[in-house]
Amino acid sequence: MKLDKDHYKTAVYPSPFHAKTSVLNETREFERWHDYMSATRYFDVSMEYFSCRNSTGVFDLTAMCKYRITGVDALDYLNRLMTRDVSKIKVGRVGYGVWCDDAGQVVDDGTVFHIRDGEYWLCAQGRQYDWLLTSALGFDVVIEDISHQMTSLAVQGPTSCATLKAMGLAEIETLKPFGLRHYSIEDGELTVSRTGFTGDLGYELWMKPELAEPVWDALFAAGRLHGIKPMGERALAMARLEAGFIQAWHDFLPADKAVRTTHTRSPFELDLHWLVDFKKPNFTGRRALLEEKRNGSRYRLARLDIDGNKPAHHAFVYNRQNKVIGIVTSAMWSPSAKANIALASLDVPYGEPGDEYLVEIYYQRELAWNRVMAPCRVVKGAFFDPPRKKQTPPADC
Amino acid sequence: MYDAIIIGAGHNGLVCAAYLAKAGRKVLVLEANDRVGGAAITRSFGTGFKVSAGAHLINLLDPVVIDELKLESHGLDLGQKTLKTVSLSHKGQHLVIDGDQLTGQVSDEDRSAFADYKAQMTRFSRLLNKLHLRPPPRLKPGRLSDYLDLLRVGAGLRRLGQRDMRDFLRIAGINIYDVLEEHFDNELLKGALAFDAVLGNHLGPRSNGSVLNALHRSSGRINDDNGTFASPPGGVGAVSEALAKAAVALGAKIRTGAPVEQLMFNGDTACGVRLQSGEQIEAETVVSNADPKRTFLDLVGARHLEAEFAQSIHRTRCSGNVAKLHLGLKSLPRFTELDPTLAGERLLIAPSADYLDLAFNQAKYGHCSDHPAMEITIPSVADPSLADEGHHVLSAIVQYAPYRLKGGWEHAHEPFKKTLIDQLDQYAPGLSLQVISSELLTPADIEAEFGITGGHWHHGEMTLDQAFMLRPAPGAGRYATPIDGLYLCGAGSHPGGGVMGLAGRNAAQTVLSGGKT
Ligand SMILES: Cc1cc2nc3c(=O)[nH]c(=O)nc-3n(C[C@H](O)[C@H](O)[C@H](O)COP(=O)(O)OP(=O)(O)OC[C@H]3O[C@@H](n4cnc5c(N)ncnc54)[C@H](O)[C@@H]3O)c2cc1C
Repeated sequence: MKLDKDHYKTAVYPSPFHAKTSVLNETREFERWHDYMSATRYFDVSMEYFSCRNSTGVFDLTAMCKYRITGVDALDYLNRLMTRDVSKIKVGRVGYGVWCDDAGQVVDDGTVFHIRDGEYWLCAQGRQYDWLLTSALGFDVVIEDISHQMTSLAVQGPTSCATLKAMGLAEIETLKPFGLRHYSIEDGELTVSRTGFTGDLGYELWMKPELAEPVWDALFAAGRLHGIKPMGERALAMARLEAGFIQAWHDFLPADKAVRTTHTRSPFELDLHWLVDFKKPNFTGRRALLEEKRNGSRYRLARLDIDGNKPAHHAFVYNRQNKVIGIVTSAMWSPSAKANIALASLDVPYGEPGDEYLVEIYYQRELAWNRVMAPCRVVKGAFFDPPRKKQTPPADC
Repeated sequence: MYDAIIIGAGHNGLVCAAYLAKAGRKVLVLEANDRVGGAAITRSFGTGFKVSAGAHLINLLDPVVIDELKLESHGLDLGQKTLKTVSLSHKGQHLVIDGDQLTGQVSDEDRSAFADYKAQMTRFSRLLNKLHLRPPPRLKPGRLSDYLDLLRVGAGLRRLGQRDMRDFLRIAGINIYDVLEEHFDNELLKGALAFDAVLGNHLGPRSNGSVLNALHRSSGRINDDNGTFASPPGGVGAVSEALAKAAVALGAKIRTGAPVEQLMFNGDTACGVRLQSGEQIEAETVVSNADPKRTFLDLVGARHLEAEFAQSIHRTRCSGNVAKLHLGLKSLPRFTELDPTLAGERLLIAPSADYLDLAFNQAKYGHCSDHPAMEITIPSVADPSLADEGHHVLSAIVQYAPYRLKGGWEHAHEPFKKTLIDQLDQYAPGLSLQVISSELLTPADIEAEFGITGGHWHHGEMTLDQAFMLRPAPGAGRYATPIDGLYLCGAGSHPGGGVMGLAGRNAAQTVLSGGKT
């Protein structure tokens, strides 16, 4: 990547959509996300949240870290990097996965896009270039950081398919979950994947920054009658927790950033057993994970359904003997599940579905602090999992 | 099917094979070259000369190995006597070091300081030797046996007594230059002692860690004397021959001219090797005597390793800095004012510690030294069979000659050889006219001839960051490797390089006990 000689004078850039998002952002609230300004909210967090559950919400994903991996060893490389079997992600498909250090601790999670024959993209929340290069020794691969060369939008919600169809994306309704397709638009390429971080029907649009404004205009014009609204980070955070997705720095500490080895988590400890494929003879972390499988894990990720309506942010979890058995890592009142939900990291052997515990919740009312010991249950699966997420074609298309 | 395949018949591979065979294992040794011994061989060069082409003196071969493998009954002969060291002065005022005795123009203070110094270094070296006789302790917490190992190290230190323990902890990590300045005035003495502290490594006398190398070099003993040298009849290759005989007598099979190309895997477990010829041979266990980089990055391949481990092997420092000069001479060279009866001893060109430091400065910036240090032996003095009647063979270790020479070795090879012969001529006037045959092995040549990555004496720098359980890298510091069924047994593992045999012995014991990383 060629850098402008004055590049160091600017640390944070407006996103390629800024001309659009800044007009729509009534609150003027932006925060730094890697190298970009990112809207925390536009007008009202719950209204933005409901747009992605009831109509269409659009989230600016520009700051996501994106890497292109090509070269004859691209697949072998990714298979050694990730704990899952990447060969199962065929051309035109996307797969979620995690990658670990040698100790079998999760460095980050992300999605692999099999863009074309011999070309993969890896999208992650955190910067991974260093880790990806570290892993490249011995492979004939080219790894490019395309974070600034590609930008993207998440278009999520029950009317998202109808919106994209109205925008002119032919047969978008036939795109299956985790599928991707390329469209030509304004002489450029628009890649659409049926993916997202909301656990709902939804798509992500990938394009060069030059296409950002025309795509935004076309999208919002097409979505006007489908209730399209921009959504900010806080609304997205709600949707992701309802979907039961984990997030780095909340539900796990990236292993390459940890000082204390007991503070990291393995894929097993994040309930991601299905992402670890020991049939592969070699991947980073395999030895340690095999040993963990034999000897048992230290922690278990549990989904909690908590009594009452006070979000259990950062709460300790107790067993019936009043012993601390873990902590809540993400919590909220879920408008769609109509439940007080949380993700927690519990010490093994705690956390079997059906187990009942107590969470210690502190909350403020008119500046006065209150404490409740709220009963909770360990539940299975996503808190909110609408059938439309998987339906092809979606109901209204 | 074999119980164990050993890749490489270097002396450590042979030792390992012998121990495994002794324990009843079915062992096959596969050596790329057409003779056994690795960097410990005798071979011919020029017209009618024979020389120890790699190692040329024995100072570390462990008595435990000699004893346990009954090497003497297989022909091991370290010669009649151990060698004195002569620190040469080109003016002819040489200093002779014989055990803890000094002969030459030395002050009484230096004489008595040397006896004390030598005694203390011997005590430290013997402690080190105890650590050499077993796999290093693990760094991972949790296992009782590891705590016991660590305790044993601590107890060994305590047993040195308070003064020695403090001194040991103070100097073990620092540089030899400062330590020598504390003790001595004599430049020839400081030069000779500093030479032993930097030999084989990319270290100058002012580099921290050089004291450790000095201790390593004197950790061996011959006839129960630490820090002495033997020149075996028939050259160092005869030692390897004895080892090979012992291994074969114990039941091991040795094939030369059989370069291994790749390790074979059954799932994630090593299950044999594929030779360059295409032949595949299976075994329960594969033990590699090749250096760590060759083993992991070539024979295994980085992609079969986990990412962090592959990187740590990639980053191990193993660029050699030593060249080897072989001269076939018409007659015995005459060193200025040197008693001719000393011509067969170990002769050093390291007239002061500063001389070495200046020589190292050039190597730091990628050049070979204009005035290199040398360890010279003329083995034909004691063993005339190495040259035709009346002729002599001179073998010199030359430091510094960096593997990554600026501009490459191709064009520098001949000029450097001339520099070396000219330098010898200064100490032994007329020597250059006596040369019949000459051969210079640069680190690049050493890499090519012995298959050692970077041509490194120790298969990797012998410094604290690459010592004990960190040798060659965390995760492979106890002979077992992250790959099930694959072990290391060469100089790149604890306790390191030199013709010592302990890496091979410890590795065999680890294999026999089914040891894990
Ligand atoms: C110039 C020089 C001078 C030295 N002088 C001395 C000295 O005077 N005294 C002393 O004690 N030490 C000396 N050393 C150090 C000493 O020689 C080495 O540390 C020691 O020989 C290493 O022994 P090893 O068995 O571990 O490995 P090596 O001797 O390197 O043996 C490894 C063997 O593996 C074989 N091999 C590698 N790859 C393959 C493959 N793919 N397939 C099959 N076989 C393979 C190689 O051919 C080689 O035979 C010197 C070293 C050098 C370079």
